[in-house]
Amino acid sequence: MATNDMVEIRWHGRGGQGAKMACLLLADVAALEGKFVQGFPEYGPERMGAPITAYNRISEKRCTIHSNIYYPDYVVVVDESLLDSVDVTGGLKEGGAIIINTPSSPLEMRERLPGWTGKVCTIDARRISEEILGTNFPNTAMLAAAVKVSGVLEPGRFLANIEESFKHKFAAKPQVIAGNMATLKKSMEEVQVG
Amino acid sequence: MSNRLSGNEAVAYAMKQINPDVMGAFPITPSTEIPEYFANYVADGEVNTEYVTVESEHSSMSVCIAAQAAGARSVSATSSCGLALMYELLYVAASSRLPITLACVNRALTGPININNDHSDSMGARDSGWIQIYAENNQEAYDNILMAMPIGETPQVRLPVMTCMDGFITSHAVENIELLETNAVRKFIGEYNPENYLLKRENPLAVGPYDVSAYYMEHKVLQAEAMKAAKARILEVAAEFEKISGRRYGLFEEYRMEDAELALVLIGSSAGTAKAAVDQLRADGVKAGLVKIRVFRPFPGEELARTLAGTRAVAVMDKSEGFSANGGPLFAETRSALYDLKERPYLINIVYGLGGRDVKTEDIEKVFGRLADIAVTGETHPVYTHMGQRSKEEIV
Repeated sequence: MATNDMVEIRWHGRGGQGAKMACLLLADVAALEGKFVQGFPEYGPERMGAPITAYNRISEKRCTIHSNIYYPDYVVVVDESLLDSVDVTGGLKEGGAIIINTPSSPLEMRERLPGWTGKVCTIDARRISEEILGTNFPNTAMLAAAVKVSGVLEPGRFLANIEESFKHKFAAKPQVIAGNMATLKKSMEEVQVG
Repeated sequence: MSNRLSGNEAVAYAMKQINPDVMGAFPITPSTEIPEYFANYVADGEVNTEYVTVESEHSSMSVCIAAQAAGARSVSATSSCGLALMYELLYVAASSRLPITLACVNRALTGPININNDHSDSMGARDSGWIQIYAENNQEAYDNILMAMPIGETPQVRLPVMTCMDGFITSHAVENIELLETNAVRKFIGEYNPENYLLKRENPLAVGPYDVSAYYMEHKVLQAEAMKAAKARILEVAAEFEKISGRRYGLFEEYRMEDAELALVLIGSSAGTAKAAVDQLRADGVKAGLVKIRVFRPFPGEELARTLAGTRAVAVMDKSEGFSANGGPLFAETRSALYDLKERPYLINIVYGLGGRDVKTEDIEKVFGRLADIAVTGETHPVYTHMGQRSKEEIV
């Protein structure tokens, strides 16, 4: 039951990839921009590698709905292999978009999304993460791609605010901030919309 | 100050602002984060709480009882089977008139094993003598913890307070929140100065000794009177809290009830989802409203009856089964409260959301659809049903 002034995002990932953390980080940064936010994971028998779902509602007025999101504006797929087992485009609104972590092109990914005619966006989050952070933490790159594609937050302000958020979150290990910021920027440049 | 916190973060932060003397700490999903965050505050020297790690919830509540009896303020947090393991001690705390504060993060009781939300844990403890206050969201979870001590510690009440929020839905969801300044919190809570306590040198006393039949019943009556007195005190504290926060609380919240013909009575986060459904129905010209029960113990029976007196059909929604074969616990209370009305609305009971079964605005709209039919036909059979089950044809 989203209204026009609310953006709803559904995250699909695997336990351990940081989809939940990216979801909560998006809520955090959107709140810093004065938005009303919800960021929440859906829990089951959680373990490393199992499919997990997380949700964001970002709106101009406080949203009192506390159900899961069934008709998202955007879907973020942090692990490409989920396309084989999860109905990732289920309920996705026609005018919305799906953003997938993959080295493939939007055209190639579209073939794997039968029935979906809306936007398909791709980003090689794994490569970016490995190049810049030296390890596979795809969630930071996926978050930036989601912000760029959805336009839910203005990219410049998003980058400034998330840096503040990182300074707080990584107070004990500030050396990781520069890499994460570079990852965000690289992802915003590279995300392909098809 | 504006911030964004999960329900668990908000409760832990409230406890930090309160700076209680003792925390009895034992982890259980989904309340684990509360003692976890609080342990950081202890380690960082931001509170001077005695943080007692124990081997079970039976012991964490025992620690709270011993500390509170000694004259200290104590807090704990738990969920589900953790609360069940405290069962014996819940009664000891209440009957010893120890105003402990317990954050209950509502989760289904085993079995089958399930970590998700419903109210079966705290509803199982509804007759243990604790005041129970339920939150719809992180803001209310924070506010309720801050009000717990001024309510429980007041001499005419002296009862423990359980503040409840929905596991995961509230405890793990990050949302915007308004926090009070710590100085304002400390001033609001005040110092805990019990008249009598174990370590009072001038007047040493025993707590929790054997009570003979000649006196046991008198003690129970005093306890019952205290629970009755709690109602007025809860409203007093809410009025004081409004002065420092701008946020208004009652025994329950009436949402668009002024001229409502069809109404829901429910508890917790689903009330927020139902508010969106009510708004939609109102926009469509349906006179819909809802009552969100905030205080379940003491139960606001007379007040609720007055509010529902003008309605035509009411669905009481229980997020716990109860296995009474006669409807859930909220239904039993509500139906009993309405008995003395000369003209009563039609009443049905819907058990919903067990073990984390999600509740959508569409589900709530269906309930109102059935109420609209009942208002016309008067046909309430079957009175007691389950929403969202997959094994049978849906009645709602």
